[in-house]
Amino acid sequence: MNTIIFTVVTLAILGLLLAIVLYIVAQKFKVEEDPRIDTVESLMPGANCGGCGKAGCRAFAESAVKDGLDNLFCPLGGNATMQKVAEALGLTVEAKDPQVAVLRCNGNCQKRKKTTKYEGVTSCATVAALYGGETDCLFGCLGYGDCQAACKFDALKINLETGLPEIDEEKCTACGACTKACPKLLLELRNKGPKGRRVYVACRNKDKGAVARKACLSACIGCGKCAKVCPFGAITVETNLAYIDFTKCRMCRKCVTECPTGAIHEVNFPPRPAAVKPAAATPAAASQATPAAAKPAAATPAAAKPAAATPAAASQATPPAAATAPAEKKVEIPVQKTE
Amino acid sequence: MNTLIVSPSPHVHGKESTRKIMGDVIIALLPAVLVSIWFFGLSAIHLVCVSVLSCVVFEYLIQKLLLKGRSTVGDLSAVVTGVLLALNLPVCSPWWLIVIGAFVAIGVAKMTFGGLGQNLFNPALVARVVLLVSFPVLMTSTAFHAPETGYLFGNSDVAATALDATSGATPLGFVKEQLAKGVPMQEIMATPGLSYTQLLFARLGGSAGELSAIALIIGFIYLLCRRVIKPWISLSILLTVFVFAGILWLANPAKFTDPVFNLLSGGLLLGAFFMATDYVTSPMTAKGQVIFGIGIGIITILIREFGAYPEGVSFAILIMNATVPLLNRFQPKRFAVEAQKK
Amino acid sequence: MRTFKMGGVHPADKKISKDAKIERLPIPKLVYISMAQHLGAPAAPCVAVGDKVKVGQVIANPTGFVSAPVHSSVSGTVKAISMVNDLAKRPVNTITIEVEGDEWMEDIDRSEDIVREIKLEKQEIIDRIKACGVVGLGGATFPTSIKLSPPPTAKPTCVIINGAECEPYLTSDYRVMVEMPEQVLIGGTILMKALGVDKCYVGIEENKPEAIKKLSSLAPQYPGVEIVTLKKKYPQGGEKQLIDAVIGKKVPSGGLPVDTGAVVQNIGTAFAVYEAVQKNKPLFEGIMTVTGDCAKEQKNYLHRVGTPLSFIMEQCGGVPEDAVKIISGGPMMGKAIANIDAPTLKGTSSILYMTEAQTKRRPESNCIRCGKCVSACPMGLEPYLLNKLGRAAMMDELEEHHVYDCIECGCCSFTCPAYIPLLDTIRQSKASVMKIMRSRPKK
Repeated sequence: MNTIIFTVVTLAILGLLLAIVLYIVAQKFKVEEDPRIDTVESLMPGANCGGCGKAGCRAFAESAVKDGLDNLFCPLGGNATMQKVAEALGLTVEAKDPQVAVLRCNGNCQKRKKTTKYEGVTSCATVAALYGGETDCLFGCLGYGDCQAACKFDALKINLETGLPEIDEEKCTACGACTKACPKLLLELRNKGPKGRRVYVACRNKDKGAVARKACLSACIGCGKCAKVCPFGAITVETNLAYIDFTKCRMCRKCVTECPTGAIHEVNFPPRPAAVKPAAATPAAASQATPAAAKPAAATPAAAKPAAATPAAASQATPPAAATAPAEKKVEIPVQKTE
Repeated sequence: MNTLIVSPSPHVHGKESTRKIMGDVIIALLPAVLVSIWFFGLSAIHLVCVSVLSCVVFEYLIQKLLLKGRSTVGDLSAVVTGVLLALNLPVCSPWWLIVIGAFVAIGVAKMTFGGLGQNLFNPALVARVVLLVSFPVLMTSTAFHAPETGYLFGNSDVAATALDATSGATPLGFVKEQLAKGVPMQEIMATPGLSYTQLLFARLGGSAGELSAIALIIGFIYLLCRRVIKPWISLSILLTVFVFAGILWLANPAKFTDPVFNLLSGGLLLGAFFMATDYVTSPMTAKGQVIFGIGIGIITILIREFGAYPEGVSFAILIMNATVPLLNRFQPKRFAVEAQKK
Repeated sequence: MRTFKMGGVHPADKKISKDAKIERLPIPKLVYISMAQHLGAPAAPCVAVGDKVKVGQVIANPTGFVSAPVHSSVSGTVKAISMVNDLAKRPVNTITIEVEGDEWMEDIDRSEDIVREIKLEKQEIIDRIKACGVVGLGGATFPTSIKLSPPPTAKPTCVIINGAECEPYLTSDYRVMVEMPEQVLIGGTILMKALGVDKCYVGIEENKPEAIKKLSSLAPQYPGVEIVTLKKKYPQGGEKQLIDAVIGKKVPSGGLPVDTGAVVQNIGTAFAVYEAVQKNKPLFEGIMTVTGDCAKEQKNYLHRVGTPLSFIMEQCGGVPEDAVKIISGGPMMGKAIANIDAPTLKGTSSILYMTEAQTKRRPESNCIRCGKCVSACPMGLEPYLLNKLGRAAMMDELEEHHVYDCIECGCCSFTCPAYIPLLDTIRQSKASVMKIMRSRPKK
């Protein structure tokens, strides 16, 4: 009995002493902080994705309290979060258009033949540092999935059939991690557009037309037809490469039909009424066409035949319903990240 | 022309592979295995076969059924664990004891940590210690069967009788027991069967791998010649044991065993040559390896001379295994930094 | 016998082309002369399309401190100045010349006589070497004239000529030592004069007895020159390792080799220096090996810079059927060729054919922590750890563990029994860490 009492008392005294020590230490080393930082942090999504350019949500909150919201935007929380933060801080913010990551390459395995074989660590950065890449296109996707590894939201997956990453629009938060991970700078944050509709050049090849075509059937050859046909002056052609300014584009889609190589992609548009011919213009085009609607950003199709403008249009117009099946096929991830 | 392969340099690889290294370790263990077969015939063959087979099967099954991954049985590491486990068990161990040991070694000590290269503790030793603690009678008393083949040396009959009669069959256990009875050391050491030549070439009792020091030394020299291991760990263990035991012995020869006896008896050589030098559970740099060895030597003698167990090598190695992540912080001499300091 | 103290591996020697005499390679119809043949800023073309050029004429001027001029290797008409893909399929500004005849600049001494007397003075030698576009031919192609003008704080004490040729297969330096030993020694004497030092070591690995014999018999005629036989060990030819092996001093981290007092030049560079200073011949020719176990012919060629690699391959039987990888340089540090139409450069030392069995990478397995990479690393690093940190992108820790000291020799990957591509990851991490370090404000 004595033992028990002795034990209990000793432990109680010990606990008390330690509590006092802890209290003194906590008081002595107390850090004075603006309470608003905690408030703002609690409003943040808490993913610590770094999409805002800060180290994490806490750093965002500190910066917001210190310097205001002028140069800050949380891509993950979007306008709603920004609004809340602004209210908490008594500031105002302008609403930004929601954005999404877009892959500016459409050279899949059929269109862009591999001329060499890479062996080594499966990392785009390593390949890019070593040489021009397995295909003859020096600008295209390497397919080793650095973007996939960088994506914290599971929104990017390399499709083994096309060898290109596919972006899940629903999951993409436009944090921009993939744009920094890609050594070829193929991923771009673009405005999501009304109803998610957008038109963009899915190529970054700056080689001359003939060289680009030789390397990849669906490369932008810098012919400039799109720029001529664009009624809004949204398209510029520089160093053999067209670029569509998403702030000027009004989604008329004339450039899409005009492009001889199918390098300009349209996503989330309803089928065109003009599409009379069956989608399967060529076997290649058909296989390309399928994943379009389901995973829009990745591989909106374009016919492989450059001369035939109409089949190109036809394949674009594949109805979404028919297109979903193969796209949902489970694909293995080729990236091997060993710890 | 073939499609050219492009890869970063280097474009060639040395001849070494995990499988080759493991193969070399198995070859180095063969003398010890052969010695135990020479003495105990079928029971030794039974021990080694059951141990190796169950280790390989456990590894294969765990990888296929539980981890659903590629089987890595081909790298022979499970075979090495199997042979080492066999050498750490008494020759007459029943089959179920061996299978439990294999399960502990592969299932608990190795695969739980992530398989080859990931385990913190030497699998065979974990198994040995688990069995030693769980089945102390079976693991120590080793009332061995009558040997089926002849002895190498004449007076082994006497040795067998002398040691067997005490039921603590290992020389170390025998010494400890006699000491406890108050017999002075000089008298104990005079017991037939404890002479240095006996210990060096063929003693009886103890686990299968402890029978002949010379067989273990041959294996160790083979490993050194094949450059599979560096001698630092083994040498520092032996040297530490010799020095530490020597100091104790000089201080009180009536109570402590002499250093040469300490070197040759028990599992010290097996431990120092094959268990402590296991790549996975030993430090990477020479500096770390020497400290690792010294630690094992000191702990071994402490347990042997002052502890309850007659033998301490396994415990010593396991304890030092735990310090390896720390010892790995002893960095190698950096080429350029060394220059800067000058 | 001397060697470096730390790490190193012993790849199979394979000097199968060592008995092939240096042959003059025919001149192709078109040569492609790259503007980026040296470390540093690419040269700027100073000729226009349609211009007639002669052999040895300057066609591009250096564009910065670390840069070198480029000379025409043929006579003919400039056909284009455009981007041409190099052997790694990267576009490089290149001058294409259509060959007409073989008309050399008049001031080049084309005689076979060996000129022993060094007439030029210290600064004149450096200026001549600079004007002749001589760059280090050991792999890094660093402009030689810069190495010969060390910062005023450094005090050079000796020249070390690198005849180690520790890479397997390569024999071009060996052939130069055997066939042009005097020129090499005169080159060494010129380098001594340019640096104002009186000691010159020629380090040669023990597997080249004929070269050692030839040079040793001639060396007494050249005061200050000493032939040092080195134990065979890779990477003996690495600058830091060679200095350690020959004079036993270590280059400090982040420091220059000249901090130890030694200036290292390759055998090929010594020969090029001889030709530039004594013969006024710019660097537009190079000696290269065509080899490999599956190669149809073993050759050592004297090639004109800008010759397409495919042209050279055709000259000696074409690409072997079982070659899956073609390497420019040695198997340990060479670059795999992705584009066989790429032209040769000043620093091109070989075309090496590898079969699948020789070069195929096997799938990596678990690290067994054997520490072989640690003992193989000649820089005393811990490759297993750097690999782990690199895969986790832990930049601070990588820096702490000296990833920037890696010389990318490949010993770690070579020796790893688990086939882990250690160097792939470490090279990438090193680049990232160096980038971070450079971006920091200087103290």
